[in-house]
Amino acid sequence: MTLNVNEIRNDFPILDRETANGRRVIYLDSTATSQKPLQVIEAMNEYYRRSNANIHRGVHTLAEEATAMYEGAREKIAKFINAASSREIIYTRNTTESINLVAYSWARANLKAGDLVILTEMEHHSNLVPWHMLQAERGIELDFIPVTDDGVLDLEAYRTLLARTPKLVSFTHMSNVLGTINPAAEIIGMAHSAGAIVLVDGAQSVPHLTVDVQALDADFYAFSAHKMCGPTGIGVLYGKSVLLDAMPPFLGGGDMIKEVKLRSFRANSLPHKFEAGTPAIAEAVGFGAAVDYLKNIGMEGIAAHEHEITEYALDRLEEIPGVKLFGPSADKKGGVAAFTLEGVHPHDVAQILDQDGIAVRAGHHCAQPLHEKFGIPATSRASFYLYSTKEEVDMLVNGIYKVKKMFG
Amino acid sequence: MDDLYREVIIEHYKNPSHRGKLDPHDISFADNNPLCGDHIQIDLRVDEKGIVTEALFDGHGCAISQASADLLMESIIGKSLEEVKKLNKQDILDLLGIDLGPVRLKCALLSLKVLKAGVYGLGEASDDLLE
Repeated sequence: MTLNVNEIRNDFPILDRETANGRRVIYLDSTATSQKPLQVIEAMNEYYRRSNANIHRGVHTLAEEATAMYEGAREKIAKFINAASSREIIYTRNTTESINLVAYSWARANLKAGDLVILTEMEHHSNLVPWHMLQAERGIELDFIPVTDDGVLDLEAYRTLLARTPKLVSFTHMSNVLGTINPAAEIIGMAHSAGAIVLVDGAQSVPHLTVDVQALDADFYAFSAHKMCGPTGIGVLYGKSVLLDAMPPFLGGGDMIKEVKLRSFRANSLPHKFEAGTPAIAEAVGFGAAVDYLKNIGMEGIAAHEHEITEYALDRLEEIPGVKLFGPSADKKGGVAAFTLEGVHPHDVAQILDQDGIAVRAGHHCAQPLHEKFGIPATSRASFYLYSTKEEVDMLVNGIYKVKKMFG
Repeated sequence: MDDLYREVIIEHYKNPSHRGKLDPHDISFADNNPLCGDHIQIDLRVDEKGIVTEALFDGHGCAISQASADLLMESIIGKSLEEVKKLNKQDILDLLGIDLGPVRLKCALLSLKVLKAGVYGLGEASDDLLE
C-alpha cells in the first residue's frame, strides 16, 4: 500500500512555513517530536471552544462531555495497542513519567538491595536515570545488554545475563539514535522464562510500527503522544491489570481516591488510581484524534513508507565521502539516520543545514552512554515520518555537500 | 550563515594557533558544556607580576566553541589576571565578530567560563562568570 504523501502533507500546515532565508522547512526531526495534523489541532481547539470543563466529578453538560471525550480517547488508545482493557491505560505526562511511575511504584514495592535490573546500552536517559536513582536509594544492581558494532543487541550476552535471575528487564523497542528495532517479543519471552517482569520503552515504536501489547506479552509499555502526531504533555503507561492492581499509588491527590478521611485514604480503582489531580484533558482529546488519524492512514502503510525513505536516505548518505552512518541496515531499523561528517562537528552540520531550512538534530540525543560506546561525543540525526519525502532527503544530501565545501 | 561561519572562525577551527597543553603550568582548568558534550581545557603560565605569558586550550567541540577558545587564548597573552577576570560575554562576541542565538552562545562562551573559573580557582565553570 502506498501512502498519498502529498495529501498527507496538506494535513500538516507547519510543513508549508518558511524558515531561514525564506526556505520552506524541511522537517527531519520527527524522532524528537512529530508535527501535528490539522485533525489533532482542530480537535483540541474544538474541545476548548465547546466542551471545556473539569472531568469525572461534574454533573453538568460540559463536565459530562469533557469526561466522555477524555475517557473516549483512552478507549481509542487501548484499541490502538490492543490492550485487553482501557483500565490498563494510565495517562502520564510522557514516556519518561511512565517509566518513573514503574520505578517509583512497582519497583519500590518489589525490588530490594541486590536485586538485578537488566537494561541495554542503547537506552535513552529516561530509561537509565530512574534506575540509577533507585540503585542509589535501594542498592539494586544494574547490568546492560551490550550493543554490537553494527548497532543491534547482543542476545547471546543477554542469555548469559538472564542466568543471574533478574527481577526486571527494561529496554527500548526502537533506538532513538541507531533506529534499531529490537526483537521485542523474543526479548520479553526470554525474560519471562527467567522469571523477570518486562518494561518496554515504546516512545519510538508506537508512532511507527503496529504494536500489539498482548501479542508481545509486555508487562509494562510506555509511550508519548507527541511523537505520534499528538500534543506534548501527555503519554501512556500500559500495564497488565494484575500488576497495576497490586501496585501502590504513585502521586497522591484528587481523582486517585475512593474515599478520604482526615487521617487516611482508600485508593481509587484502575486507571484512576494513578491519575492524581486535574489531568491534561485537551491533550487526551488530541491524543485520541492522533490515534484516529494514524489508524485511518494505516500503520502498515506508514511503516512501509518510512522504510522506503530510510533505505533511500541511507544509500544517498553513504555515497558522501566523510559521512559515517551509525546503526544497522535499513531492514533492521526505523526511520532514523544518525551520522557524523569527518572534520565537522555535528552542531556545525545542523547549523549550516538550518540555513537551508533543513531541521536535523545534533548532540547525544539523550543517549550519552551509547555515544561513548561508539567513541564519539555527538552525531547529527535526520529522522523521517509519514510526511517525509525523497526530495527532502535529496535536499539534506545537497546540504551536507555544502557543509563539506564550507569546511573543505 | 556566511556571517556565522566567517572565514576567521573556520580558519581558527581548522588551524588553531593556541591548541595544546602546558606542562608545567600555573593555572589549569577544564569543564564541559552538558548540553552538547563540548569539552575545553585551558592551561596558563603567569609571571611574577600576574601577567599571562602563555595560554593554550585543548578539547573538542563545534567550530564556534573551538574558534572562540583559540581567539580567547590569543587575546589574553600579555594581559594581567585582573584584566582576565573582567572579560565578559561581549568581549567574546567582539573577538568572533558575529551575533549568536542563545544555543550557540553557550558554545562560544564555554572557553571564557573555563578560563575565569580557573583564574578564580573555582570548582565549576558557572554562567555567573560571564557578566
